[in-house]
Amino acid sequence: MKTPNLSTSRALYELFSSMRFAISLLTILGIASIIGTVLKQNEPYVNYVAQFGQFWFDIFEMLGLYDVYHAAWFLALLTFLVASTSLCIYRNTPIMLHELKTFREHATEKSLRAFGHQQEYAFGGNVDDVVKRLAAFLTVRGFRHRSVPQANGDILLAAKAGSYQRLGYIFTHVAIVVICIGGLMDGNVPLKIEELLGYKTVETRDVPSTEVPPQSRLSPANLSFRGNMTLPEGMTGNVAFVRIRDGYLVQELPFMVTLKQFRIEHYATGQPKSFESDVEIRDPELKEPLKATISVNHPLIYKGIAIYQSDFQDGGSQLDFNVWPLRGAAHEPGKMQGNVFKDFTLGEGDSALKVELDDFRLFNVLNLSPDDKGKSQNVGPSVTFKVRDTQGQAREYLSYMQPLMLDGHAYFVSGMRATQNEDFKYLRIPADGENSLGDYMRLRGMLLDPAMAPVIAKRMSGKMLEGQNANPEMVAKFESSMVHLLEAFARDGYTEVAKLLEQSVPEAERDKAAEAYFKVITSAAYEGLAMSRAQAGLSAPEPDERTQRFVGDALNSMSDISFYGTPFYLELNGFEQRQASGFQLTRSPGKNLVYGGSVLLVLGIFAMIYLRERRIWLLVKPESQHVLFAMSANRKNRDFENEYARYAEQLQALFKG
Amino acid sequence: MESALTTDMPQPSFFKRLTAGDWLFALALLAGAVFAYHRYADFMDVYEKGFLFSAVVVFSWLGWFFKPMRLLIVGIALLSLFGINQYHGDLARADQTFFLKYLFSSQSAIMWMNVLFVLATAGYWLALLARSEFAGKVASALTWSAVLMGFVGLMVRWYESYLIAPDVGHIPISNLYEVFVLFCLITALIYLYYEKFYETRQLGAFVMLVVSAAVIFILWYTFGREASGIQPLVPALQSYWMKIHVPANFIGYGAFSLAAMVGVAWLCVQRGIFASRLPKPEVLDDFMYKSIAVGFAFFTIATILGAMWAAEAWGGYWSWDPKETWALVVWLNYAAWLHLRLVKGLRGPILAWWAVIGLLVTTFAFLGVNMFLSGLHSYGTL
Repeated sequence: MKTPNLSTSRALYELFSSMRFAISLLTILGIASIIGTVLKQNEPYVNYVAQFGQFWFDIFEMLGLYDVYHAAWFLALLTFLVASTSLCIYRNTPIMLHELKTFREHATEKSLRAFGHQQEYAFGGNVDDVVKRLAAFLTVRGFRHRSVPQANGDILLAAKAGSYQRLGYIFTHVAIVVICIGGLMDGNVPLKIEELLGYKTVETRDVPSTEVPPQSRLSPANLSFRGNMTLPEGMTGNVAFVRIRDGYLVQELPFMVTLKQFRIEHYATGQPKSFESDVEIRDPELKEPLKATISVNHPLIYKGIAIYQSDFQDGGSQLDFNVWPLRGAAHEPGKMQGNVFKDFTLGEGDSALKVELDDFRLFNVLNLSPDDKGKSQNVGPSVTFKVRDTQGQAREYLSYMQPLMLDGHAYFVSGMRATQNEDFKYLRIPADGENSLGDYMRLRGMLLDPAMAPVIAKRMSGKMLEGQNANPEMVAKFESSMVHLLEAFARDGYTEVAKLLEQSVPEAERDKAAEAYFKVITSAAYEGLAMSRAQAGLSAPEPDERTQRFVGDALNSMSDISFYGTPFYLELNGFEQRQASGFQLTRSPGKNLVYGGSVLLVLGIFAMIYLRERRIWLLVKPESQHVLFAMSANRKNRDFENEYARYAEQLQALFKG
Repeated sequence: MESALTTDMPQPSFFKRLTAGDWLFALALLAGAVFAYHRYADFMDVYEKGFLFSAVVVFSWLGWFFKPMRLLIVGIALLSLFGINQYHGDLARADQTFFLKYLFSSQSAIMWMNVLFVLATAGYWLALLARSEFAGKVASALTWSAVLMGFVGLMVRWYESYLIAPDVGHIPISNLYEVFVLFCLITALIYLYYEKFYETRQLGAFVMLVVSAAVIFILWYTFGREASGIQPLVPALQSYWMKIHVPANFIGYGAFSLAAMVGVAWLCVQRGIFASRLPKPEVLDDFMYKSIAVGFAFFTIATILGAMWAAEAWGGYWSWDPKETWALVVWLNYAAWLHLRLVKGLRGPILAWWAVIGLLVTTFAFLGVNMFLSGLHSYGTL
């Protein structure tokens, strides 16, 4: 008698081993996987909060949607799939193996006559001959057969071909189980359990790896992990960081890795061609350090841990700057030295500004053509830094070391943005004849110094009113309006000039006046350039188009200084690069299982698709001198129909002959 | 008696059926491989050397299995060699000499392929609508010519890439432009095989629509985006895996697209559209199944190869990268299709609709992931 308990477990067994259940699981798995591709995984949690708001953020976090593929419910689904498929195999394999072996020689005439595909032929002559010929007929068509004498004197030839198709079923399903087990081994299931039991906690603080407490550390014996390690050149590391949700765990390694050198090679076009790290592995078990080069597509495998080249960044390059003042009369640069990831302070007290050096890049491949259609080229090093005031407000800057050729002319280019989401706005300073900032900075010191306005005005009036016999009153008036104009420009470039224009000129005449103002300022700047060069003991500027253009560009650039936001310009004039290489370290013992399972899967699929199991029965009836031909396949399709028709015809011919 | 037995003997085994021409073809392939090895061994790693000689086996078998392939491969070889020879090692000649400028430089050859595919599509439609056997034959010939020119284009492009600079040289299946050409060629070739197998030209009208859509994409990519140039490989793509992963994948994509278009034909017939012109539903059903079976087998291989490559390049055989995940979704989709047909014995409109919708899923995995999702596999961006 069945107890209710037994029938429940029986029902569960039926459910778990049914194909419907497996297909439902696979569908859910598919949908869950898609969620993970639409929602960016493993982002910093603040990004999610910003994206969804606190309410949804909490709900999504609870569902584990930020790392779907490692969420407990996802792993549980996978486990169910493995269990269900295993039960399926357990249930069906005996049947399949039986089908593989059996010739179904117990088929009766009655059952054969019930087949959809059967036909009867009359034969004459010797029965043994007929049986022999039929056996040969089967053999040359790739059918193996058994000959079974029946009780009534009939002889049954039971034949089959393509039986290994059944292995296809077993192979594919075993493969799925093997692959999933391999995957689960390499997933973080053990870690999940340890976390659940409270043995491990995720570290979320930004502290040196040595200060991470034991409950956030993983021992070198850990079977499977996937972590990251960033090493500056010359540094050694013996831990990897395993990122989990909004924090990390520290994976201790059974060896030490030293980065000797990191190299980037470039194609002639400037695109990166290779990333390579020369490393040394130190291990008490090694007499000599193991030297190796790791590059993309060529990992190093040591003690079952594979070390991959994954990314690179600056490792704290030393940078030398000229600090050019952008306000007041001073025009000589100060010197400053700093390292990437460190900061230095310029100015004092409330106006102190902290310069945080973020990144240095040796190569920058840019497309400088106006329509983006020209060739990209390497424009040399750049530096990224933030300038933070005493209130904590920061702006980000990106400056190129060398002048960039824009429209056939050389400019020092520096971008500024107030927040990360904005595009950089660029300050373009024309380079002078020596490809330096000297002319510009001297001119800037002169033009933006209010004290210099009367001096320039005087010189201008001398030149412009020369020989016109102007009365002193007129000269004074000219000079005073000149000074006004220059002072306005010194305050905030063309913006102030425009304001002055609005205040002092009636609307109808503004266009004309603007033109005149512009001409005057340009001439003043030209005079300023001549004066400042003379002061510095340099030759007078050539009165040519180049100088004209330089002056125009310089004025535009000065006009932009106030938006640029800092009272100084940092010109990178020297560097000692130090790079850092990013490695990924993995130990994945499940890999071989997954690969083995994959081979099995491919074999199984080919067997299932390209082997066709067919059975033929030929019942030779000596008494009535008839042969009954019946054929079946576990899959009825066009190929089978054709084959049946062909054999039926061939048998017909055989018996006629 | 005896004679009856011998006449009804099935054909002799595969190898015994091979003709002298077949063996000559294989020998020519081997000679080509030996020559390539002799000349370019320094450019290949041990795996690529293995691929070179495996290619002899694979293409010999392909030529034996589907005889017109022999002529195609010989044609590709001769025209490609002619094209390459015209360069005299100078890329600038692509715009200078007549044969390169108008026929065999990669851009020109691929443009010919585009034109021929569009003409073939028109031809197949004419054949279908006018019930013209002649138009069908012309369309077939045009498709074969398109495949020939497309492959010549890719071969010459391969050579051109080395002319740009030896370190830039690579097999031309590395960006969206190149793989779209590959997609057109593989889809057309699989179709041509089944055209002969089922002895029907009527489906060309449907299948060539997908190919023409890909051609339109190539044209847009060439003229709209000016993205048809040869670009050097990013470090992650510099691997022998590319030579097997990408073609295997595109056999999958091509076969799935083919199946979807046959599915469309099936649905048309069911509604009485072109019912008298198209093959019977049983034939279409079989066509659809065979095509999905081929696609599924190769897609499985491609995904596994991709996983193995990922293990080498990204540090893990499975990272749930969007491309990987969508490959899994595509795989599950067709696995379910095959289950329903093979295990449950399902036939009819559900499978046809499923095959059509499957193309949408496949297209998303192929293009949509690159367009809308970001991940490691962002090699072909729009």
